[in-house]
Amino acid sequence: MKPFRYQLAPDVGTAVSTLAATPNAAFLAGGTNLVDLMKLEVEQPDVLVDVRQLTSDRVEQHPEFVRIGAAVTNSTLAADPVIRERFPMLSQAVLAGASGQLRNLATAGGNLLQRTRCAYFQDVTTPCNKRDPGTGCSARDGFHREHAILGASDMCAATHPSDMAVAMVALDAVVNTQGPHGQRAIPLVGLHRLPGNEPERDTVLEHGELITSIDIPSLGFAANSQYRKARDRASYAFALVSVAAALDAVDGEVRDVRLALGGIAHKPWRATRAEAVLRGGAATKEKFREAAAAELADARPLPGNEFKIPLALNMIAGILTELLEVRR
Amino acid sequence: MTVATPLIGAPIDRIEGAEKVRGAALYAAEHPVDQPVYVFPLQSQIALGRITGIDTTEAMAEQGVVGVLTHENAPRLASTQDAELAILQSPEVAFRGQFIGGVLAETAEAARRAASLVRPSYEPREHDVSFHAARADLVKPDEVNGGFQTDTTDGDVDGALASAAVVLDATYTTPQEHNNPLEPHATIAIWSDNELTLYDSTQGVHWVRDSIAALFGMEPQRIHVVCPHTGGGFGSKGLPHAHVVLAAMAAQLVAPRPAKLVLTRQQMFSVVGYRTGTIQRIRMGSEASGRLTAISHDVVEQTSRIKEFAEQTAVPTRVMYAAPNRRTTHRLVELDVPVPSWMRAPGEAPGMFGLEVAMDEMAIACGLDPVEFRIRNEPETDPETGRPFSSRNLVACLREGAQRFGWAERDPAPRAHRDGPWLVGTGVAASTYPVYSMPGSRATIQARPDGRYRVLIGAADIGTGAWTALTQIAADALDVEMSEVVLSIGDTDLPYASGAGGSTGILCWGSAIVDAARRLRAELPNSSPIPDEGVEVTGAIPDNPYAGQMSMHSFGAQFAEVRVHTSTGEVRVPRLLGIFAVGRMINAKTGRSQLIGGMTMGLSMALHEHSVVDPRFGHVVNHDFAGYHIPANADIGSIEADWIDEHDPYVNPMGAKGIGELGIVGTAAVIANAAHHATGIRVRDLPITLDRFLT
Repeated sequence: MKPFRYQLAPDVGTAVSTLAATPNAAFLAGGTNLVDLMKLEVEQPDVLVDVRQLTSDRVEQHPEFVRIGAAVTNSTLAADPVIRERFPMLSQAVLAGASGQLRNLATAGGNLLQRTRCAYFQDVTTPCNKRDPGTGCSARDGFHREHAILGASDMCAATHPSDMAVAMVALDAVVNTQGPHGQRAIPLVGLHRLPGNEPERDTVLEHGELITSIDIPSLGFAANSQYRKARDRASYAFALVSVAAALDAVDGEVRDVRLALGGIAHKPWRATRAEAVLRGGAATKEKFREAAAAELADARPLPGNEFKIPLALNMIAGILTELLEVRR
Repeated sequence: MTVATPLIGAPIDRIEGAEKVRGAALYAAEHPVDQPVYVFPLQSQIALGRITGIDTTEAMAEQGVVGVLTHENAPRLASTQDAELAILQSPEVAFRGQFIGGVLAETAEAARRAASLVRPSYEPREHDVSFHAARADLVKPDEVNGGFQTDTTDGDVDGALASAAVVLDATYTTPQEHNNPLEPHATIAIWSDNELTLYDSTQGVHWVRDSIAALFGMEPQRIHVVCPHTGGGFGSKGLPHAHVVLAAMAAQLVAPRPAKLVLTRQQMFSVVGYRTGTIQRIRMGSEASGRLTAISHDVVEQTSRIKEFAEQTAVPTRVMYAAPNRRTTHRLVELDVPVPSWMRAPGEAPGMFGLEVAMDEMAIACGLDPVEFRIRNEPETDPETGRPFSSRNLVACLREGAQRFGWAERDPAPRAHRDGPWLVGTGVAASTYPVYSMPGSRATIQARPDGRYRVLIGAADIGTGAWTALTQIAADALDVEMSEVVLSIGDTDLPYASGAGGSTGILCWGSAIVDAARRLRAELPNSSPIPDEGVEVTGAIPDNPYAGQMSMHSFGAQFAEVRVHTSTGEVRVPRLLGIFAVGRMINAKTGRSQLIGGMTMGLSMALHEHSVVDPRFGHVVNHDFAGYHIPANADIGSIEADWIDEHDPYVNPMGAKGIGELGIVGTAAVIANAAHHATGIRVRDLPITLDRFLT
């Protein structure tokens, strides 16, 4: 690990200005991903600015939304009674990730900003465009079982590893930030980027821009929601495919739906195409499969992850069917 | 024979358990030493070629760096015969990840940081790590691991297959797998007065001593290896690997300061051995009645170009089932890869996956229940040698297991049982492991005037419970309470002991202890007072008069319930049952733990473990616990292990058979067989992942 300076900022403003003035500095919250990457020398910041105490560690209910402080730990978020009741898929998604120990330390803000677990990204002895721009993508012709089938580029086929973000993106979450140029509210669906020609950039955040909280807008039918994750072992593994879904079906018709996928793209993937097919259509298994197929129509799997297409199709149709049955 | 006290077989708690729970039991890297220098290895980033230069300027400028060890300044070894261990003797690189040096520093952090600042330059040559069976350059080894014949043939296999009523011809594969004991490999080396002390995490202190002595050209007596506790080994700590040599070299440079080296999890994927991938073609022929007429098991596997290790994959097929026409072969692909080595049940673990899945397929093809099919092909004597078995209770295990598992209620049709979204199936497979013996173990017993008995032997406890079991054996043989026995193990200053390998530990060490106890009791009967000067005797593992006369193996039957999700293909194993025949069980508690541990590792082999090699770079890509999966608690359902009464007076004075490896043998097959029963899909390639069942 490269030696670094550790700084405890007194407030968000100081943290932001410190980072803005230091090109090679990083925010430290739970550190569950960043510190690992520093050990591997994938990340080599000169300065770590500890922001863990600076933002709220509470889940607050407002009339129009629920606000999750950036410092809320995964464990707290998953156990929060409001989240469990109003947005069960969010609680389930958080619990589907990592281990108990990690969830006790990891924070909501950090969770959104964790980096891909692509084996080549994490191994500084192999080429990787995301870690070392211009060196090439080792995964495309290598080991890519966990890699993207949607939205990848020739430069990068990495996936975003968060479970929580998948549920949040389905719920139209909004990320509140404070940066060198002031505060802004970024819809989560627009926070993460597709790799394109700049896979090294995971998000649209500026250097020094800090996530302070995340808002989940009220959505009545989200009480009927689920998160389902398929992976290579029963716990403590990243998703091969995950699905977050909330369904509002009345009289055999889909009134409204929220659907997002994990483990298949460089970002938590909001399934807008499938939602469009579903909305106002018949609430039937056939229609669910049709919607899933529409979402995956542009899928471009690599030779080692073609199975993700049938897996995602089955899971989307399966989760919607279950939500429909629960409703009955 | 031992005195049959109730001690043997009792579920005695580990005597060192409290010490371990308190963190007081010292593992290799924890031994307190003065001012150690920390060593971080440098590893080759090419898979074949030579080093043209190593720029250490930047590394040496780091604070706390003491030195950089490379092939240019490393001590010359007395013997370079073992190319795995003879590191830093030339600029040649034979595999990616091979040690090309080490950074020595005042802290572990400084050593690791500086290692990343060392700039080697290479002249790479085109490497070859491509493992497949169609290669033209397959090599026939002189023998396979364990000293077994490479090939065997009996009768006319091809003729029998041509005329058989039922024929199977299928290929099974197992992937490369890596040992991942909880405690990473670690060594502290200290040179003083031309003597070398090694605190090493090992399965055998004397094995380490003898290897290192040969390498450094020293009298073995001048090397002291200490290892009271080892956090798992599974074969990867059997013989010393290159890190022990690197630590010893580093200590030589900084003598008399100690040098401490602890491998990272990632480094373990290059330098501590692994299980080769196997490609197994199995052909079987049978009469319509289900009597096998032919068995052929042809194996292709890999080894390193610099040092041969030939896994004995087809060897269990030589002993399992009767068939008049038989053939086994082993061929190697020599590659620019790290050196494969022992991993729990080398040979049996992969080989019995192939054989026992093939038996399941053959049973179905013959229209027979797979339990009945195995019973029908039970040999009366060792099919290979014709020798009588010292004891063979496979059939008893199958019957007992079937009864306890509820096998009779099973509908043989695949895909017949569904529970919600899950397809449910059950399966059976057999386990076996040879009763090996290793020469040389000796034990000393000192009867002390205070009434206590000090038992000295350089044995190893790698987490198995040897501390406890050996104390039980000594107390039993001396006919005293366990509290009167004070055991010392894990030190080369104690009498020679073979290592914990081949499931021989308790058998060999226990035999030496029983021999010493008998000698002591001949000199000092139990009722007579212990003289003031005490009494000391030394015993040794006796020659077994039945060796070479009888075929000695343990057996077992495993049953599994497997669930496969209809829409995701996820595989779950809610229930595993193993019934084993292991002679006399020494400690019911630690013994059961060993069997359950073996079955758990077998489940891991079935569903998870797979070292993915990237042919472009030549290394294992998924070299950490995020990428290389072993089961989490959530993957394990009910695992039950038990054993039948088995009396075998021929194997050794305790009548005990080894249990360290038997549990893993057959587990992968039973899960594959149950998955087939659940889904109708036959998976012949491990691991059994969800994509195999997706439609």
